[in-house]
Amino acid sequence: MSTETALEVVDLSQTSVRELNQRLHDAASGGPQAWQVVHPGGLHSIAAGLDAPLDVDIDGHVGYYCAGMNKEATVRIHGNAGVGLAENIMSGSVVVDGDASQSAGATGHGGLVVIRGNASTRCGISMKGVNIVVGGDVGNLSAFMAQKGALVVCGDAGEALGDSIYETHIYVRGSVASLGADCIEKEIGEFHAGELSGLLEESGVDADPGEFRRYGTARRLYNFDIDNAGDY
Amino acid sequence: MGANGSGNGAAGGWSPGLRESALFDRNAIAEIQRKAREGIYDIRGFGAKRKVPHFDDLLLLGASVSRYPLEGYRERCDTSVTLGDRFAREPIELEIPITIAGMSFGALSAPAKEALGRGASAMGTSTTTGDGGMTPEERGHSDKLVYQLLPSRYGMNPDDLRRADAIEVVVGQGAKPGGGGMLLGQKISDRVAEMRDLPKGVDQRSACRHPDWTGPDDLEIKIGELREITDWRVPIYVKMAASRPYFDVALAAKAGADVIVLDGMEGGTAATQDVFIEHVGIPLLAAIPEAVESLKDLGLHRKVQLVVSGGIRSGADAAKALALGADAVSVGVAAMIAIGDNDPALEAEYAKIGTAAGFYDDWQAGQDPAGISTQDEALAARFDPELGGRRLANYLRAMVLEIQTLARACGKSDVRNLEPEDLVSLTIEAAAMARVPLAGTKWIPGLDEDD
Ligand SMILES: Cc1cc2nc3c(=O)[nH]c(=O)nc-3n(C[C@H](O)[C@H](O)[C@H](O)COP(=O)(O)O)c2cc1C
Repeated sequence: MSTETALEVVDLSQTSVRELNQRLHDAASGGPQAWQVVHPGGLHSIAAGLDAPLDVDIDGHVGYYCAGMNKEATVRIHGNAGVGLAENIMSGSVVVDGDASQSAGATGHGGLVVIRGNASTRCGISMKGVNIVVGGDVGNLSAFMAQKGALVVCGDAGEALGDSIYETHIYVRGSVASLGADCIEKEIGEFHAGELSGLLEESGVDADPGEFRRYGTARRLYNFDIDNAGDY
Repeated sequence: MGANGSGNGAAGGWSPGLRESALFDRNAIAEIQRKAREGIYDIRGFGAKRKVPHFDDLLLLGASVSRYPLEGYRERCDTSVTLGDRFAREPIELEIPITIAGMSFGALSAPAKEALGRGASAMGTSTTTGDGGMTPEERGHSDKLVYQLLPSRYGMNPDDLRRADAIEVVVGQGAKPGGGGMLLGQKISDRVAEMRDLPKGVDQRSACRHPDWTGPDDLEIKIGELREITDWRVPIYVKMAASRPYFDVALAAKAGADVIVLDGMEGGTAATQDVFIEHVGIPLLAAIPEAVESLKDLGLHRKVQLVVSGGIRSGADAAKALALGADAVSVGVAAMIAIGDNDPALEAEYAKIGTAAGFYDDWQAGQDPAGISTQDEALAARFDPELGGRRLANYLRAMVLEIQTLARACGKSDVRNLEPEDLVSLTIEAAAMARVPLAGTKWIPGLDEDD
């Protein structure tokens, strides 16, 4: 029998994702709080829907929607992550040592997503309050229609960064291939400098905040105006 | 758009020498003039206003010598339907085959959503959230609540997902297949803005594609994730607009949907470009047979339930949809009218905003005198959710009686025993689309003798 402090090990070459997730969901009402998942084998929806301050370490690569809709839990992926990593995350944190595929942190409402490698296209799409820190580059159309929260990119950003953006703050250290509609470069004031260094520190990513530039909304598309029709 | 008469002659009546063009009728002329002034397409609510082949073009064959009917009111005619027993541990049990379609808080006021919940719950059926998330009023007043997962993910959160009785992945809507949405700034109150994580007063654009999945293979994985998050408890519906239903239904069913919600091009909307409402998608009449054929080809008809919507007004419409093979119907515009939209008692108020009862469709504008399609607190406060709920229940009750009357006349002890064989068509077009013979003939255009 496990105790509350013991590390609970689940081997996904022996146990189904369904059984793992059920046990993690049941742990919200008591039981082991620290979990280690081995042989994840790129399976989908690992640790989706967690709803408690659990600590979950995953040793290997994960498929789609790992830690989807996470609340409170800390999930660490020691490998790469597939599409929709931590999509719609509400709180807690999700950390990937490797790269993440498309739509990482999509529509996230809160919490922190850290990708130490690169993130593919549409990173932070429609983000609604989550903070995302990427150690490497992000692909095209990242922060598309991003509403709230911050996206920090320590490498380069692809085409159409922040297209149709609302109030998300974007920080990029490297180059930006192009900015999307209604996204412009903005000054880094005191508030933003503090936000940026805070996020770098919290995510344990080593980068000099002074080397970043900030991008955000021009607020030109906020209310329909026929003269901007070509930009929609 | 305001009130528009139809027919020949000038406003106020016909006089000699005035001939209206069939092509450039008053609507077409007014629309050219409006575009020339404003330089933008028309955005409005309601559904398609043009005439398309519809259930009015079909008739049911009552029993006679070759079939015998059931006794009206006395012999049982079951109306209940179970949705989502394919994979879910807790499928939805409806007492009537009519559900309330997804309409967002934002598009509708909080008391209007409450009325929908009250009316539907009184009749043992479900309501559906919409773009913008779930409100406590809605959850509180709906015994059975379907929670939509839309491309915008406004208000989406796992607590509500777990609170829902079913989840509906919205791929499209009949009023705008392939289109996203737009809630205009004037309808964004503090509460709506907060639920959607956006500043107050800005236009809220809703994307047309989901942010974290693209094709049918991804959809299957997405449905898997939703099942994992909810521990495989609730059914998962996939809602789509009717455009290529044979293929779209097959792909959604293969991706693991428990229920397919198919919305015809007549379907209502809160705010969409008129050009979209009138010109994209296919009528429900044409879509149902394709969807049913698709499910039958997969051996999934009645296993994956088919809920259809788009222009359903009456028990007759619903009975004919069921006869074509649907498991239930869903209503949007009709439910709004039932709770008080377009009420002639508000005629003077409609006149003030340049429209008239029976024509009002500016649901995007937020000035609804009935307090239904608005976020203005003073207007919304006029609306009585208890009365609205009672009216919706009455309307649904009358519809169910109509469906039962028709089903019994066709000799059916369960409304879902209605079948295409009970139908004939009045027009060649409807015969071809609905795949039932032209009345008085055996002719179904497009089908070979041996089909
Ligand atoms: C006011 C209003 C708001 C709507 N909002 C949504 C929505 O948020 N999500 C959705 O999938 N469909 C929405 N719809 C479409 C309905 O769910 C449904 O598909 C349509 O109303 C059915 O056609 P009918 O109105 O002719 O019954 C809305 C419709 C109306 C009238």
